This record gives sequence, C-alpha cells and structure tokens, in this order.
Amino acid sequence: MSKLILDSSDVNRAIRRMAHEIIEKNKGSANICLVGIQKGGVILAKRLAAQIEIIEDTAIEVGTLDITFYRDDLNTKENQPVVNKTDIPCIISNKTLVLVDDVLFTGRSIRAAMDALIDYGRPAYIQLAVLIDRGHRELPIRADYAGKNIPTAFNDLIEVSISEEPDNDRVVIINGQ
Amino acid sequence: MIKSKDLLGIKELEVEEIYHILETAAGFKDVLKRDIKKVPALRGKTVANLFFEPSTRTRTSFELAAKRLSADVINISVPNSSVVKGETLKDTALTIQALGAEIVIIRHTSAGVPHFLSRESGLSVVNAGDGTNEHPTQALLDAFTIQSHKKKFKGLIVAIVGDIAHSRVARSNIYALIKLGATVRIICPPTLMPSQIEKLNIEVYDSLEKGIKGADVVMALRLQLERQNKGFLPSLDEYFNLYGLTTGKMRLAKSDAIVMHPGPMNRGVEIESKVADGPQSVILEQVTNGLAVRMAILYLLSGVKS
Repeated sequence: MSKLILDSSDVNRAIRRMAHEIIEKNKGSANICLVGIQKGGVILAKRLAAQIEIIEDTAIEVGTLDITFYRDDLNTKENQPVVNKTDIPCIISNKTLVLVDDVLFTGRSIRAAMDALIDYGRPAYIQLAVLIDRGHRELPIRADYAGKNIPTAFNDLIEVSISEEPDNDRVVIINGQ
Repeated sequence: MIKSKDLLGIKELEVEEIYHILETAAGFKDVLKRDIKKVPALRGKTVANLFFEPSTRTRTSFELAAKRLSADVINISVPNSSVVKGETLKDTALTIQALGAEIVIIRHTSAGVPHFLSRESGLSVVNAGDGTNEHPTQALLDAFTIQSHKKKFKGLIVAIVGDIAHSRVARSNIYALIKLGATVRIICPPTLMPSQIEKLNIEVYDSLEKGIKGADVVMALRLQLERQNKGFLPSLDEYFNLYGLTTGKMRLAKSDAIVMHPGPMNRGVEIESKVADGPQSVILEQVTNGLAVRMAILYLLSGVKS
C-alpha cells in the first residue's frame, strides 16, 4: 500500500523554507558549499542552491559526493556496489559544508559521508539538510534542516522523486510487509 | 555484477563484468588524485601476495592497492618461504587462510595454479600471472588506459607486437579486446607465433610495417631475454630492426595512436627510447591506472558473496 505524503507544491515550500533556514543559520551564504550525496541528494542540493541564489543573489557552489568506498556494509548488502561521481568544486578547508540527502534514516550514510568529506580537507562546519527525516537512527546524528519529519515503521519504504523540473516532485510512503 | 569470488582470467569474465571493473576503477582513479589517497573500504581485511616468480611492479602495485583500501598485506616471496623447505602449494594456501587472509594474489610459473588454489582453499584468488596462460589485471589496466584515450572499443585497431607465444599479457589482452569489440592484430616473428593462433578471431602479421598500418593502439611486449638462447631469434639487433618500435615505424600508425608497454622495457630491443618517452607513449599512465584497476578488483571481489 502506498500513500502520497508530499506533492510538488509541498516539496517546493519545504525547499524554500530550508534555503531560508540555511541562510539564517549561517548569517548569509558567503562561505557555504552544498554537497549532495549520490544519488538521492544530488538534485536536492542543486534545487536548494538555486533557491539560495535567488534569495541571496549570488552564486553558490554545489558538489556531489559518492560514499560507496566509505560504507560499512560491503559484505552484507545484496547488491554489489556501483560507484558514482564525486566532484568537490572548492577547497573545503575552513568552509561550511551543507551535506544534502533526500532521506535521513539510520544515519549510516551520513557517517560515511562525513568520513569521506574529511579526507578532502578540514571543513569549519559540516551541517546536514534532508528532505525527509523518517526516524530510526542507529547513530547519534541529526539533521540541521529537515523538509518534513515522517514517522515510519522500520521496513516502510520512502520514495522521493524530484527532478530539476519542480512540477513533478512527489514523496510516497510504501508500507512494508 | 561480478559473479565469482576469484579473478582467474579474462576468459572467465563476461563483458558486463569487465565494464563494471573499469567503471569502479574510474572511481578509484579519482581517489588517487586526492591529497589523502586512501579509503577505508577494506578495513580489517587481509590480502596475501604469494609470488613464485620475480616481480617488482605487479607485486608493488597490488601491495599499494591493498594498502590504499586500508587492508593489511602479507608478502610471501618464495625464496624466503617454507616452500623451499618442501611445503606444498596447498599447504601454503591453507596456512595463509589460517592466518586470516581473505584474498590471495598469486603469480606462478605454471598455468592453472590460481584455478587449483581456488578449488582447494576458501580464499578469493587473484591471478597475477600464471605461466604463459593469463595476466588478467594487466589486460584490465590496458583496457582502462585505452578506454580513457579512445572512449570506445568498437572499431579500434589494436596492434600487439612481440613474443606472442610466451606472453600471458598478450593472451589476456587478446581475450579482453575481442570481448570488448576491438579488432586485434598480432605482429611477431614466425618462430614466436603460437600454434593454432588462427582459431582466435584476430589478424596475424609477420611484418611490423604491414601490421601497424592504421592502428589506433600499438602495444609492444617485453622480449623475454631468457628465451634468446633457445633459437627463436637470430639476434637482438635483428629483432630490433624488424620488430622494434621506432618513430619511423610509428608514422605508419594513425597520427593519434597511443603506444603501450606492460613493462619492464628493454630499450633498444622492442622499443626505441624516443618512442617510449615520446608524446604518444602512455606507458607510465598504465602504471598509475594499474593501481586504480587493482583497487577495483580487490574491492569488488570482497563484495562477492561466496
């Protein structure tokens, strides 16, 4: 059984609010770089950056991060790893990096992402922005910016479909068996 | 997806598996460009290098690949091991396994030894050269290097020059390049031509001038000098005159052709220094790519469920 939890205008409102929160918390956007985690966070990072650019009228750097080599489940996963592109466009030392992902769940991807980022340099701050926080954390990790908190059962599935065209966004929950 | 826990030869790989290895290697090549060239992917795993033949570059490349993945490495070279005290190959492998290693990288003078170890032990076995059979990681790093310069394999002409009969590098490269859709030409003296070579789907030449014409990739093989005394060749000078890669002969290939060599090179025998160090040479790039490809192999084999 699946249920729509966010439609396209909900997603757009959430992205706009998160963009404002990022600017507010960092007192502007001067020292910020957004980093989308492959694959779910990449588009969201671009959309957030575009929104910040509109509000602040300045260019925002956006990168992508692949965390495959930093995962802790190489031997337990059913599917073999597929590597995606990492592209960090700036020198990250002393920057404020906003990690971006679509769904925050156990926190293990974020742990891997932080380890990966630190191998590129020493950022001043790492913050976390997610569209959906679905609970069930297995590590002491929390989001600084969340689009929506959604209570879920552990085996539910959250399906986020967002693209660079804002009109077809949607987030669906599929009840696990 | 990689199906086997072992890399025994290119013959055993499907073309999708080859592409999956090349894509993963591209990810590791990016890692090698960073200041911190190490990832924690194989933390806690142990890789054993078991070399029954002298090797510097392959062994070092595997050792560094394992270390860049945060694995622990044991190096066993035969002159210093219990093999000289009479230990059998199987016992050596089982001992390595009992020490907690998951992956063994083996080079041996006899063909089929990696296959034997794969059957007799629970280790993941990587063939680093078995007799005159195969040297799969060399072919994969060569494919990676060709792909990074030529983008695709279909329609490419790859000319392999040298001692084809005794070369496991040539054999693995022929298998890989045919699977990937390139046209393979081999060029060698009639005495170094393997028998029944015509059964493979390749073009055979005994003249370098003819075989190199229009090639996109020219790959020189090491002339194994130890074979010089066995009557295959009149003299090294004559070999260089007929089959050595020179700037003059390279003009017959395509103007954007790349020159490859698996190393170690015999300068002035199979290749002229001007070509080896010239603008078309990608020989040192092959070494760098070898590291990324071997990281990809160790990493992917660790993810295969046995």
